[in-house]
Amino acid sequence: MPVLFITDALIFFLVFMVSCFILYARRHEHLRAPWRQVVRSPLAMSSAVILAAYILVGLLDSIHFHPRMPAAGSDEIINSTEIMSLLDVVTGPLRTRNEKTYSSPLASHLYAKEIIELPDGSQIRDYPRLLYGGAHLSAPEAGKRQDILQRVFSGLLLGSTLSGLFFGIFVLLSGRAGRVSFTAEAMAIIRRRKAIPWHAILLTLALLVITASVTIVLASEYHVLGTDKVGQDVLYQSLKSIRTGLVIGTLTTLVMLPFAIMLGLMAGYFRGWVDDVIQYLYTTLNSIPGVLLIAASILILQVYIANHADEFTSIEHRADMRLLFLCIILGITSWTGLCRMLRGETLKLREIDYVQAAQAFGVGNTTIMLRHLLPNVMHIVMISIVLDFSGLVLAEAVLSYINIGVDPTMHSWGNMINSARLEMAREPIVWWSLTAAFLFMFVLVLAANLFSDAVRDAFDPRIRTGFE
Amino acid sequence: MIAYIFRRILYALPILIGVNIITFVLFFVVNTPDDMARMNLGQKRVTQEAIQKWKTERGYDKPLLWNSNTGGAGKLTDTIFYRNSVKLFVFDFGRSDSGRDISYDISQRMWPSLAITVPGLLLGLLAYITFGLILAFFRATYVDIAGVVICVIMMSISGLFYIIGGQYLIGKFLHLVPISGYDIGPEAFKFVVLPVLVGLIGSIGASTRWYRTIFLEEMNRDYVRTARAKGIPEQQVLFRHVLMNGMIPILTGVVVLLPTLFIGSLVMESFFAIPGLGSYTIDAINMQDFAIVRSMVFLGSVLYIIGLILTDISYTLVDPRVRLE
Repeated sequence: MPVLFITDALIFFLVFMVSCFILYARRHEHLRAPWRQVVRSPLAMSSAVILAAYILVGLLDSIHFHPRMPAAGSDEIINSTEIMSLLDVVTGPLRTRNEKTYSSPLASHLYAKEIIELPDGSQIRDYPRLLYGGAHLSAPEAGKRQDILQRVFSGLLLGSTLSGLFFGIFVLLSGRAGRVSFTAEAMAIIRRRKAIPWHAILLTLALLVITASVTIVLASEYHVLGTDKVGQDVLYQSLKSIRTGLVIGTLTTLVMLPFAIMLGLMAGYFRGWVDDVIQYLYTTLNSIPGVLLIAASILILQVYIANHADEFTSIEHRADMRLLFLCIILGITSWTGLCRMLRGETLKLREIDYVQAAQAFGVGNTTIMLRHLLPNVMHIVMISIVLDFSGLVLAEAVLSYINIGVDPTMHSWGNMINSARLEMAREPIVWWSLTAAFLFMFVLVLAANLFSDAVRDAFDPRIRTGFE
Repeated sequence: MIAYIFRRILYALPILIGVNIITFVLFFVVNTPDDMARMNLGQKRVTQEAIQKWKTERGYDKPLLWNSNTGGAGKLTDTIFYRNSVKLFVFDFGRSDSGRDISYDISQRMWPSLAITVPGLLLGLLAYITFGLILAFFRATYVDIAGVVICVIMMSISGLFYIIGGQYLIGKFLHLVPISGYDIGPEAFKFVVLPVLVGLIGSIGASTRWYRTIFLEEMNRDYVRTARAKGIPEQQVLFRHVLMNGMIPILTGVVVLLPTLFIGSLVMESFFAIPGLGSYTIDAINMQDFAIVRSMVFLGSVLYIIGLILTDISYTLVDPRVRLE
């Protein structure tokens, strides 16, 4: 029984739009040429592989459904009320194998001491064994280190084999397509003689596969990144947070894009009073400090949700509503910059001959804007989309931290950091939740930054002429 | 010049009216005063009398825009919009929902905010310009590449990491300064050090990279080539020509920030328990105090608009080619 959240629908709409755009860009040389430059940059393509991995996890986590399960007391199969995503299915036991409270990464014992009842009836105060982490070991003190080393080794082996296999198949297919022998093709890739930096792509992919294999082999018996306060697996939380980060980073732009483009083009093209009104609109919105507007709006939303509790069927729907609302508010506070840039560019473009010619031929205003102006400002739109992304992902964490971000029940890096920071004073320190959240966020933002730099260099004509 | 400033202030009025209407719609149309009362008094089992009393005490029992029960000017003035929004124009913030005088609170709390933001801005400028110039001077060498790589890595790390890391380091190992809190007088210094440093480190990556781009742009200009051709040493070119001209976009970018220094930083103040205007707003959000949030939104907008006007004036000061008319 599938469930469609509003943000899910928007994500799939976004995927559809991006696919359409790719098809469009393939047929237009002025868009193809800069993208070709991006594709030939090794750093950008390595980042793209990492981003693709994040997006894959995010997409898996965006397909929601009610799982089917046997009804209590009978053999009949019914839909559970709980909502799961495909990612929950893929990660399998990570979701359900909850411990009692904190446990450090790869631990076999709980973080805190408890009173344990021994078989002979006496009681001692000690660190109890975990329910799942390292439960397969009979004597964890002696055998854990060796067991972990064994698992890391077999994970490395598995990952390398998979990567090697993939490399072989890739070289075989690409060699056959180019009608060269297997060794010649392999050497061409290794010696970096291909136009597309396959060596970088394949190397990043191999590293990714090896990391994933080691993690998977370890995760089958351990909590690789430990567990949090309520005993939930931190690795699972970090993976679930990916979707939230991606949604904030992309949907915000999607929400604001139509307004920014339409108003920016109109202001620059029509000038006069239209320009005045639109300028007034964005100056007004811009003059409200962003954080304050977000804070005020979230405060308002909280009151609305509290007073209309019956309109939300489940906690998940409520959290989803808040996520969408946050995207819209972030969009409202961030569209003005793009709108101003588009206005400026349109003011320049409308004086150029081809627009004047179209006007002289009696082409309608809407057609001129769509056919002649929009394609020529697309590069600005694209640069702004990729540049905004990493900032928005980072903003999510900060906003959640001061309680004006996503719903507290939603998995997000901000919420992970927020709940973990109070444990900093503990001895020994609970560091794994924070580290995991920061690490996942850092890798995503770094990849996004490197990728967006490449896109900007390729599309921004000013910089291109500046360094030639 | 005077005429220009006067006109700009006149232009600012409709913008402030717009801000006012937006906040008013946000606060009173989406949720009725009844909703707010219920939220403030607790959700369950709130009697209608209690709600009425809460509203009357805070003046939320009036009609929103038009009061037909009274005569004359009272039709317009005896409404929530007039009482809560129009008065903001003369900076009469009124009382918060918990009964405190907002204007007094603001005048008290802006000093701790300034104590953090002003040193932060000055030290930041010094650091960004220095590093930006160094990277521009060593452009296209390993120093430059390494610097840019470090910048990209530093700007990819969440600001929360620097804050939590800084507090942990100081609190656990160094014990040099308190990790949070504030004190008035000279004692304030030791409370200010950590937030300022953390803020500096957190923003140094992005800012240095941006300043480097500005300086590099200047370096490709004709006058720099002419200066080099005349045989002026590279150091002098860098400081006399590149730095001076690069200061134009930098200064004007800073001037727009100046008035907002009063507001402080929401994030930093709530982390380091600085009793400034930022944490004032955060507290108001957490206590659901609508009057304070509304006042802060308005104050923020006013300061931003002042910043825009100051930016225009500063353009004429640093760049003689720009004339205001």
